[in-house]
Amino acid sequence: MLLIQLFLAAFFLFAIGKVVGRYRAREISLRATFFWVIFWIVAGFIVMLPDSTMYAAKILGVGRGVDLVVYLSLAFVFFALFRLMVKNEQMRREITKLTREVALLNMVDNDKFQNPNVKSSSND
Amino acid sequence: MITVILPAYNEAKNIGRVIGGLFEHGFVEIVVVDDGSTDTTAEVAEKAGATVIRHPINRGQGAALQTGDVYALSQGAETVAHFDADRQFNPKDIDGAVELLRTKQLDVVLGSRFLDSRSKIPWFKRRVILPVGRLINMLLTGVTLTDAHNGFRVLSRRALEKITINQDRMAHNTEIVSLIKKHGLRYTEYPVEVVYHEFGQNVGGGMRILWDVVKSKVISLKS
Repeated sequence: MLLIQLFLAAFFLFAIGKVVGRYRAREISLRATFFWVIFWIVAGFIVMLPDSTMYAAKILGVGRGVDLVVYLSLAFVFFALFRLMVKNEQMRREITKLTREVALLNMVDNDKFQNPNVKSSSND
Repeated sequence: MITVILPAYNEAKNIGRVIGGLFEHGFVEIVVVDDGSTDTTAEVAEKAGATVIRHPINRGQGAALQTGDVYALSQGAETVAHFDADRQFNPKDIDGAVELLRTKQLDVVLGSRFLDSRSKIPWFKRRVILPVGRLINMLLTGVTLTDAHNGFRVLSRRALEKITINQDRMAHNTEIVSLIKKHGLRYTEYPVEVVYHEFGQNVGGGMRILWDVVKSKVISLKS
């Protein structure tokens, strides 16, 4: 066994431990826990048995198994990055919207601003 | 009625004088959007007689302007002027820009430092940063202007209803120009004086603006 395999296997175990810990702390869902545990197990399997990727690489027309893993990993990382950027942008907009609403509603309290989205609660 | 909107972040030292200057020039509806300042900007602005809207946290100049626009629309404003809170603009220019907007029945009048010789622009900014900014703006918006990222603009109610600023930080300038083109708004440029008390946007700031614009084009969330 190569030293790098040992290091990576240890890191994957550490990652699985973190995932389970987050699930126990109720920070992530059961579905997400399953996804990440399986993800790290598959990664560990590939690292321990690198030749296992050769079969899939040949079917897909990629020269080496390692190349296939790199291509797929890059595709996954870029997709995850895109999703994160979209989420981040959505959150930024929502925070700004909330900030604006709070600022304008504080003016309602001061009778300077009548929010068109808020109906008057008076009965007269 | 002209509503002057001043986005302000930590401008306690300047805001009082800016508001005073605007009152002296006959503007009565002055709205300061305090963008989560950590100094006494809001208090000073209120004392000076402006209507103050306070963002509880800092969201950027674009976000503050949009808050001011929403408020102005709710108050039935017919014309709005975007004006900086750091004493760099001359209140006199608002009159001329508004007159141009009304006589030519335009939707937007954009301030330009390059249409007369009143502005003393630092050499690096005049020769390097702004020409590059102009070129990038032209490529991104398809609109050719003599100036880039000038915060002075006058907008009609029609323009206010069409333009929603989603760029929270400084890229809102580019976004506004894009929206002017997208909605077919009638616009022109008007010479304004800019006095530099600080350098303003540097190369790093410009890169950040470019990143914000490119990011918004790549992600392209619906408004």
